[in-house]
Amino acid sequence: MTTEQIIFLIVAGATLASGLLVVTSRNLIHAALWLVATLFGVAIVYTLLNAGFMAVVQVVVYIGAIAILFIFAVMLTRKDMRDSGAQLNSNWWAGALMAVLTFGGLFAMLRTWGGMSKTAAEIPAGFDQIAELGAQLTSPEAYVLPFEVASVLLLAAMVGAVYLAFNKK
Amino acid sequence: MNEWLYVLLFMVVGAIIPIGAIAAGFIFGPKKPNPVKRETYECGIEPVGEAWVQFKAQYYIFALVFLVFDVEAVFLFPWAVKLGALGIYAVVEGIIFVSILVVGLIYAWRKGMLEWV
Amino acid sequence: MNFWNDPLKVAAEWLEGVFVGWGMNEIASHVLVVFLGVFLLVLILMVIDIFLVWIERKVVARFQDRIGPNRLGPFGLVQPFADIIKLIIKEDTTPDGADKVVYNLAPVLSMMSVLMVWAVVPIAPVMLSVDLNVGALFLIATGAIGTLSIIMAGWSSNNKFALIGGFRQVAIMVAFEVPMLATLMIPTIFSGSMNMNAIITAQDGLWFFVLSPLGALIFLIAAIAELGRAPFDLAEGESELVAGYSTEYSGMKFGMFYAGELLHALTFGGIWSILFFGGYRFFGLEQVSPFLAILIFLAKALLGYWVIMWVKYTMLRIRIDQMLVFNWVFLTPLAFALMLVTALMNALLKDASPWLYGLGMFLSNVVVGWIAIEIARSVSRKEREKVEGVHQVAEAHH
Repeated sequence: MTTEQIIFLIVAGATLASGLLVVTSRNLIHAALWLVATLFGVAIVYTLLNAGFMAVVQVVVYIGAIAILFIFAVMLTRKDMRDSGAQLNSNWWAGALMAVLTFGGLFAMLRTWGGMSKTAAEIPAGFDQIAELGAQLTSPEAYVLPFEVASVLLLAAMVGAVYLAFNKK
Repeated sequence: MNEWLYVLLFMVVGAIIPIGAIAAGFIFGPKKPNPVKRETYECGIEPVGEAWVQFKAQYYIFALVFLVFDVEAVFLFPWAVKLGALGIYAVVEGIIFVSILVVGLIYAWRKGMLEWV
Repeated sequence: MNFWNDPLKVAAEWLEGVFVGWGMNEIASHVLVVFLGVFLLVLILMVIDIFLVWIERKVVARFQDRIGPNRLGPFGLVQPFADIIKLIIKEDTTPDGADKVVYNLAPVLSMMSVLMVWAVVPIAPVMLSVDLNVGALFLIATGAIGTLSIIMAGWSSNNKFALIGGFRQVAIMVAFEVPMLATLMIPTIFSGSMNMNAIITAQDGLWFFVLSPLGALIFLIAAIAELGRAPFDLAEGESELVAGYSTEYSGMKFGMFYAGELLHALTFGGIWSILFFGGYRFFGLEQVSPFLAILIFLAKALLGYWVIMWVKYTMLRIRIDQMLVFNWVFLTPLAFALMLVTALMNALLKDASPWLYGLGMFLSNVVVGWIAIEIARSVSRKEREKVEGVHQVAEAHH
């Protein structure tokens, strides 16, 4: 096993464990903080894939903005931070069944897939990932339309949120 | 060696130093807790009511507008890196990209959502 | 290669040789040496941090026409050590009802977020900690961890004022991160890279401050807001919120927040000097010796820190509503407009001579700044008239 694989296994385990704690925590802020840990684990996985830009973006957007948004939302909606209701409803067995089936299906599919044992490819020296990304985002032959559409999507999110908050008032 | 391992190292050392300092305080400081000392200080007099108060919707709007601009900046950074090698059309694309979002900002402003009511 | 030209490499190779001589394998000794190097850098930062307490107290004293600490040692230089001993032997209390794990984690994360920034800060031409190609965004990412630590401290303290202070601070930080992101793009456009060292190298001829003075100013304002210093220090407005998110902390845990804030200020001074004032560069002096380059960088960082202190001890605290409107309605559009104008001018003047390029950039900054101020002036005149009109009506009723 290489060092990278050992790091990956540790990080993946910690990420999954914190993911589990997100859904089992009774305290909503704790759940949000465990979510931060999960997202940070994902960022580390990105660095293992030599995708440094994605890792930083993961931290900036998910921890810097979305986690903060969640915590604000929790403080906004719940006066009592502790959830005292039942954690499972009567359909828990159907959910469990679906989860097991999905996991089984994915496991069966990926068992025969060769990409599992691969490690991240080395990036050739002098290759600037971010500049290449920039070129692809602005090139008319590549992703310029999705680039602009992303802006429209963000606009829709902003207008929607403002509209909802305005109506509540 | 992956350069991010160095960053990880900085993270580890950056955690060790404050933990060490706090541990030193824990070792050398007196430990004589009593019920009055352990009370929440708050503003100097006895706390009244729950500490976990409810917040207003404004905070949520600010966080959301920030999120939108954050994502926008993430898209714009690769654009800014490559800009020197690209022509004027890339600049125009960037201007369109930002202008679309500024419409949203103006909308939020006109609706009075950016004011602290 | 001798010690004076590349001290880190020489020292590292020597140490590695020593460790291998002791029977360690090569990878382990390399990892150990790197660990020691990082540890040394962080320790030096902490020592500087201790003296920042003294600098801050001396400077504020001078601004307020006092002398400041002058009893312990020459010029009171031993004072910060006395402060630290006092912090260490204080009792470390945790209030009842506080969320213990989160409460204790917050000061650690706060300090860690500041120390992590130094992973990408080039302190001399041959001393790059990590040569990341995402340097500028990395700064924002560490800021995200700092934001999180504040929200954790505010929430876990079981204190209304800490919670409100923490939330206000976070609202300020996220708000001013937007103009900061926009102004970070300006050096990125000039140098074609987000790498901190590439940004310094690109300031070979002209400092980016000359090309974009307005960008440097907006970055400074955003940095001061991120730090939560005056005029944006309302998260710890003593008269209304006690001490903000750090109210319930005592002893060394409070010390970590305090030291973290001071080091953060110096860090922003350093980042400001890297982005707009050429970092360790100073008319070729940095080529003489890396030690000289470190001194130049430290001097520039301290100068940036001094500017931040200057603003802090000169300005009054402004209200949160004024501040957020100032950010969202004025600073954010201005920062993005400036960034786009810079991009446009960069594309137009790409092939022009350096003199024309510099002049064009500078003038475009001046024009953008002038237009922004004119708009702000006319809007505020209208607002003022509205308010005065209301007052006149109210007086007439009396």
